[in-house]
Amino acid sequence: MSDRNVLPSGQAKIDELEMVGIVKRFPGVLANDDIDFDVRAGEVHALLGENGAGKSTLMKILYGLYQADEGEILVSGERVEITNPTDAIAHGIGMIHQHFMLVETLTVAENVALGLKSTRGLLTDIEHVSERIDELARLYGLFVDPAAYIWQLSVGQQQRVEILKALYRGAALLILDEPTAVLTPQEVDDLFRIMRQMADDGHALIFISHKLHEVIEISQRVTVLRDGRKIGTKPTSETTKSDLGTWMVGREVSFRPIKSESEPGEVRLRLDNVSALSNRETPALKGVSLEVRSGEILGLAGVSGNGQRELAEVITGLCPVTGGSVFLEGEDVTDKSVAERTERMLSYIPEERMRDGMIRNFTVAENLILREHNKAPYARSGFLDLDQIAVHTGDLIQEYNVKTPSQETYVKSLSGGNIQKLVLARELSRQPRVIVAAQPTRGLDIGATEYVHQQLIRQRSSGAATLLISEDLDEILALSDRIAVIYEGEIMGTLDAHDATAEEIGLLMAGVRPDERSEAVG
Amino acid sequence: MQDRLNSLIDLLLPVFATLAALLVGAVMLLFLKVNPITAYSALWEGAFGSTNALAETLVKATPLLLVGVGICIAFRAGVINIGGEGQMVIGAILGTLIGLNLEGWPGWIVIFLALLGGFVGGAIWGGIPGLLKAYFNVNEILSTIMMNAIAVQMMNFLLRGPMIDPSQAELASKIPQTARLLEAFRLPRLVPTRLHLGAAIAVVLAILVYILLWRTTLGYRIRAVGQSPQAARYAGISVKRHIVLALLFSGAFAGLAGATQVFGVNYRMITDGSATGFTGSAGFNGIVAALFGQLHPIGTIPASILFGALLVGANKMQRVVQVPSALIIALNGLVVVFVVSSEIWRERRQRDRLRAAAIEGEADASGPSPAVDPEVGI
Ligand SMILES: Nc1ncnc2c1ncn2[C@@H]1O[C@H](COP(=O)(O)OP(=O)(O)OP(=O)(O)O)[C@@H](O)[C@H]1O
Ligand SMILES: [Mg+2]
Repeated sequence: MSDRNVLPSGQAKIDELEMVGIVKRFPGVLANDDIDFDVRAGEVHALLGENGAGKSTLMKILYGLYQADEGEILVSGERVEITNPTDAIAHGIGMIHQHFMLVETLTVAENVALGLKSTRGLLTDIEHVSERIDELARLYGLFVDPAAYIWQLSVGQQQRVEILKALYRGAALLILDEPTAVLTPQEVDDLFRIMRQMADDGHALIFISHKLHEVIEISQRVTVLRDGRKIGTKPTSETTKSDLGTWMVGREVSFRPIKSESEPGEVRLRLDNVSALSNRETPALKGVSLEVRSGEILGLAGVSGNGQRELAEVITGLCPVTGGSVFLEGEDVTDKSVAERTERMLSYIPEERMRDGMIRNFTVAENLILREHNKAPYARSGFLDLDQIAVHTGDLIQEYNVKTPSQETYVKSLSGGNIQKLVLARELSRQPRVIVAAQPTRGLDIGATEYVHQQLIRQRSSGAATLLISEDLDEILALSDRIAVIYEGEIMGTLDAHDATAEEIGLLMAGVRPDERSEAVG
Repeated sequence: MQDRLNSLIDLLLPVFATLAALLVGAVMLLFLKVNPITAYSALWEGAFGSTNALAETLVKATPLLLVGVGICIAFRAGVINIGGEGQMVIGAILGTLIGLNLEGWPGWIVIFLALLGGFVGGAIWGGIPGLLKAYFNVNEILSTIMMNAIAVQMMNFLLRGPMIDPSQAELASKIPQTARLLEAFRLPRLVPTRLHLGAAIAVVLAILVYILLWRTTLGYRIRAVGQSPQAARYAGISVKRHIVLALLFSGAFAGLAGATQVFGVNYRMITDGSATGFTGSAGFNGIVAALFGQLHPIGTIPASILFGALLVGANKMQRVVQVPSALIIALNGLVVVFVVSSEIWRERRQRDRLRAAAIEGEADASGPSPAVDPEVGI
């Protein structure tokens, strides 16, 4: 491979790709307003911006999923028409989406081959595909078993399959839309290693993330969008985290929320030796006990998939226990329904907001009443009070600063950050006594994250007992009063947030107990 | 002005689609060496040409509307009810039993009880597949179809045995039919035609179901369950219960349609061995009417009238130009295909228009423009 214009995969490099004067309008929104953007072979170019700034839209235009209303795309100075993903792939452009597009019940090789012409006519040529996958995997250090089924793979491995799929199709330019949002810290390191190698080999990479430290770590240049407009492009080495934050939001942001000393009151949520099964019928919780008091935030740290989801669902009543009891304000609610627990002012910010927290084809107003639709002021003796609903929806949209064209807009066309604001508005405006917040800032920009944090702290001040489940250790450390660590369905330990260190928590997250540690040392 | 024109076009689109279907039908008629103009004027004449024809159209539209309104509820809850035929039959049987056994009671009480009986009968017949789906995960498409078969056999058995007209029982012919209902038990006529009170009841119920679905908490829950069972569960809404309720209501309206047919049109039950012999396939055509009406109870009103008109007009057309009845069925199918396609086209137009509006009104994004997701089809 001595040819300087060829990538290890055998594909020609894209020396420079330019998007010039891109304009994209949606009903009531100007998603991209005259944006210039370019990326070169051998670099990672980060794209930053708040939720709804227009990052995904710009990338979907590049990948042919949307058509720009104005503007053009130039590959190495030549104008190209990209009207669908097939065109994009033909020009060497690949995209890893925010949500994976793999078929769970097929193998890695079958997924890669899906939609491609077989070299053997109507017969599949899986051996051929597998060989090529192995070859690419070796070249790029992307190790996956071509014969493994997708459902057997971790999220990080599935992402590698997506990357392989793009490389297999000859991607010289790779768009990664929030690839790290779903990864564990370890998996992020692996991904960055792969990305660095790809860039060194001459690929052009576009990287979208809300995590500023990741942008600083991996990118050579960074472009910031705000409200659909481009604010600017800079070499990453000339910026700092707080520069970028200010740039993105248009004001200074605090990375550490300010909060007063906690004044914990009575125990509001108690789990006593709770066990539960996952939806694959394997033990997910093994005798979990914990307490959350009024006016405190208990952070639950842990690598995802260690029982966090089941824990949240056991508390909210969505998942039955196989042993133990759940108490809300001293009352045993183990056998109570979701509705009965809601009555006791339990609020839940679910991890999968688009699946559990919102109904895509309902309007903003309809979604805001989801939890209390049968209570005053939204309903009276079985009838919805549309006037009252409109008034309260208007108030909540204002108070929580939700950007939506109208109350009648379908939720599916709002950006991720605004959808999360709707969930918060609904769950927090009812003055909850106990809050379960699962990954409340996943996929949110720093402005929105700051906002969510402020809201949770406000709830803490007004006496709510909050269980904060998060994979983001910084978030846990910034918000919690006490920190519990979960590993394989067990609580490894509970620490006081004052004297907890990231290292200590990290070890517990990896399943190493303090006593084992001292043994290892001594 | 432009807006007005656009919404007018949208409103008339089903009409254009119907015309297009009739145009294709005209070609088919030409192949059969029939003058399409003669044929279609007969169809129009038959459906709307006189007070009587119009009344007949509305009489045929009534069961379609009742079944269709029920279908709106089921489909909005995400369950597919193919059991309208059986639910109509059971509703009719229960209503008839009440009518035959309460002789001597005041007419309006018996009518009320009989229609209520039809409602309850249909509810039971729809509720069973609902329970099976909710608690045993039995596919409702299969179970409702099977319930149709059971209902028909039950009707055949009852009309040949226990419920047979006593005067027929003595005859050798033994026509499987019940005795005639007393004059006093028949649904009042609205005008001196066959148009009966059932039509008015159906329209009122369509409005009530609209209110149910969009103005009550029960309707909200039903729609939530249909749109996202996970989110419904999260909100503490019992998915199982609302699936059962939706099928129950859906069946109830079909059952009412069955009872209305007996008390408003036939005044007795008679069977030719099939469900269609009694229902005239209203249990299936009601689904089509509901889909045509965009699963909206109010939209289902004109949709039912259109299909009623096609059914009645086609009879006349068949008599006048002597075409095979299969052609009528084909014509019906064509209308459905064209209307569904025009619906897709309408959504696309609306999307383009919203886009254009967004460009113009960029400065004030305050207008209530329902956003449309270009990735989602219909
Ligand atoms: N298909 C669509 N229909 C209507 N509006 C849309 C559509 N897709 C995006 N938008 C709107 O365009 C704007 C930009 O959205 P986009 O998804 O590009 O944001 P983003 O920067 O990727 O945000 P996030 O960080 O939340 O992913 C938002 O206001 C969004 O509501
Ligand atoms: Mg995005």
